[in-house]
Amino acid sequence: MKPTIPIVAEARRTLALCNVCGYCTGYCDVFAAAERRPALTDGDLAHLAHLCHNCRACHFACQYAPPHEFAINVPATLARLRFADYRAHAWPGAPSTGVLLALVLACLFGLPLLALLAIPSETLFATQRGPGAFYAVIPWSLMAWPAIFAFGAAALLIGAGVASFWRQAGGAGVATSKAGASRTQRMPGERSIAAALPQALADVATLRNLDGGGSGCNEREGRSARARRHAHHALFYGFLLCLASTVSAAFQHHFLGQPAPYPLFSFPVVLGSVGGIAMLAGIAGLARSKRRADPATNADENQPAEWLLLGTLAAVAGSGLILLALRETPAMGLLLALHLGSVLGLALSMPYGKFVHGFYRATALLRQAMERR
Amino acid sequence: MTEGAAGGTTTSSEPIDVLVIGGGIAGLCAAIEAAQAGAAVRLLEAAPYAWRGGNSRHSRNLRLAHEDETPWQPGRYSAAEFAAELRAAAGAASDAALTELLCSESAALASWLGSHGVAFQPTAGGLLPWSRKTAFFLGGGKAMVNSLYAAAAANGVAIDYECTVPSLRPDDGAARTRIDVAARSPAGERRFTAGAVVVASGGYPANRDWLRERWGEAADRFANRGSPYLRGELLRSLLAAGALPVGVPGDCHLVAVDARAPQDDAGIVSRVDGMPWGIVVDGDGRRFHDEGENLGPIRYSHWGQRIARHPGQRAWLLLDADAVNNLPPLLYPPLTAPTIGALAARIGIDADAMQATVDGYNAARRCDGSDDIKAASCPGLLPPRSRHAAPLGRPPFAAIPMQPGVSFTCFGVGVDQSARLLRADGGALPPAFPRVFAAGMIMAPAILGSAYLSGAALTISAVFGRIAGRNAAALARETH
Repeated sequence: MKPTIPIVAEARRTLALCNVCGYCTGYCDVFAAAERRPALTDGDLAHLAHLCHNCRACHFACQYAPPHEFAINVPATLARLRFADYRAHAWPGAPSTGVLLALVLACLFGLPLLALLAIPSETLFATQRGPGAFYAVIPWSLMAWPAIFAFGAAALLIGAGVASFWRQAGGAGVATSKAGASRTQRMPGERSIAAALPQALADVATLRNLDGGGSGCNEREGRSARARRHAHHALFYGFLLCLASTVSAAFQHHFLGQPAPYPLFSFPVVLGSVGGIAMLAGIAGLARSKRRADPATNADENQPAEWLLLGTLAAVAGSGLILLALRETPAMGLLLALHLGSVLGLALSMPYGKFVHGFYRATALLRQAMERR
Repeated sequence: MTEGAAGGTTTSSEPIDVLVIGGGIAGLCAAIEAAQAGAAVRLLEAAPYAWRGGNSRHSRNLRLAHEDETPWQPGRYSAAEFAAELRAAAGAASDAALTELLCSESAALASWLGSHGVAFQPTAGGLLPWSRKTAFFLGGGKAMVNSLYAAAAANGVAIDYECTVPSLRPDDGAARTRIDVAARSPAGERRFTAGAVVVASGGYPANRDWLRERWGEAADRFANRGSPYLRGELLRSLLAAGALPVGVPGDCHLVAVDARAPQDDAGIVSRVDGMPWGIVVDGDGRRFHDEGENLGPIRYSHWGQRIARHPGQRAWLLLDADAVNNLPPLLYPPLTAPTIGALAARIGIDADAMQATVDGYNAARRCDGSDDIKAASCPGLLPPRSRHAAPLGRPPFAAIPMQPGVSFTCFGVGVDQSARLLRADGGALPPAFPRVFAAGMIMAPAILGSAYLSGAALTISAVFGRIAGRNAAALARETH
């Protein structure tokens, strides 16, 4: 048996007390799910940690929060366990946030540097217009294949981690409520995976659990608001729009024989610019919310990874929008390299950074939907 | 605010209409009502910020009458039904007029609290607990307390933490239109002058010296389940100054709590349950009460009283390996050992005595041919085991140490229907003190006596807090 790491023990102590108290049951799905798992095995705790959306309402409501000697801090404890779990499931290992930051920066600035060195300046700084303008500077195959490889690898690595988490949290079996059980009982779900999927997707799409039981997230005591949820929506849906922009561009390129760049009123440009602006607005909102948050509810050691993801996404969205604005100027070549560098940095850091939280949480929401009666 | 300081004493020069003493649900409701009536309100809370709210921070639900289904309470619970239950629980100790007022006013409480940011747990989520008779706070009492502090501040109430009022001369306001109050704070003595005072400082569950007057040295072995700031100094001072006593001195609501838990402020989680699954022995290893007598919710407080009245005030719940699986989630795991003898040694009880108790119990167990554990009993055993005689045979054996834990005290001061503080015997004087109102656990014994009815004490506190706040504001404004 693997030795129990301290954060797992702390999460077990915390949720065991929550199961005795039960005052927070109405805030989110975590507490009822914990009550169905009285034994709180390592897999149970991982599931509960990923199910927590970190709205913090329970912390400010907690009669046992510090300075009480029980020192219960559910959001910070579960946040720590989540990050420990991402690392535990990362293959072949989890690089530190410093290494990831270096990787992102190397991509972001390395590609423009490479462009300066490898592309003749009369090509790089030429004003390009019309179909195929981007590929006149950087050939399509040099753009597409590394991107396909990087994102394909990221998908495989994240998928492997999430599958490992799924098995650890009980595979296709779900917890049943049995008070006093020394081991969590697992049964086939109330609903099959297929039947639970619509509910799980709705929970992902709406972030139902990021609502503090109806009043929103708590950044500080007595201050609950939906701003953080809205900011996350802006970032999430903005990101999806940018993804849709890329897919529609690929479609136009391959099936309609229309290479980029596209006119302002085209699917790729409209989707991409609306998505990029939404992402930046969401990132600004989340950053504001992070700065205003009561530090007591933060897991300090996770903050660098959270800021790194926000920064990387801001670089992707920001460089894309600047590229759009200046694509008919001599700066286009370098800006294209910068944007591609930001995207490559995102892809390479993705399996090892905070980005994976969405996949782990969606998996936990699927299990939760299977358990819901 | 400008303050004149002299020799560690600060005198607040800011005009105060209503001074509220105590920042639990009663004081907060009083402060918000008074402020909304246009009064300048100051609230003094004895605890520091992190511990504010008295025992309200450990509370969970309010007992509310409602004619129709609400999002928080299914069915119907009439004010008459509520009043009948209070009368049945409290008996003759209960003031009939205050009880009627409480029950009818309770119907409007949920929407009023809701308008000040207090959230209740909807029944629609399908999550337990919910009941027809009580509404549960979303997130519990501390969430409610936080919301009401925010609402009080938003209504302009000035709030001072770590400010204790040890005494008050309730006749001070008789000859003039102001009343003086002196408070203790870390910065020295602070003096306030107000048009009216609402006393909402609670009972005295944290005051073991006072409890010792009734319980003797046994009181030293009582845990205080709630706030350590509930010392009842002001209650004592008001009684000494001639306020009408209500309830029974020294009576308190007690439950059996895990003796390993903190001696103050452990709240709901230290409560021990599951006595019908095992046997309860004292420090001599002997049983002292029928563990099958109560299976309903009343069992908690009955065990508290039994252990409090038993010599040593310490008891152990003994269980076998099967019984442990029937326990609800526990704050601490039970102490275990492979044999009864080893368990006795571990918990410091004479091994032979405890073994004899367990053997005698097991020998006396009769199942009467039924599989239903509730029907199993121990005929002829003393003390009796009337039902639910679970076997105590499969190792490892487990023990949970228990002591009595005080939830609240049942002795306070009387009020009239305007929440004005009553005199014990005024002779020719008016029945109530001129400028002092009381709300919360300091006057709840006028309705509850020594009884307990889930959620009722909190409703009394909120309803009479509101009444006190409204009337105090009206009085202060009328005599501006």
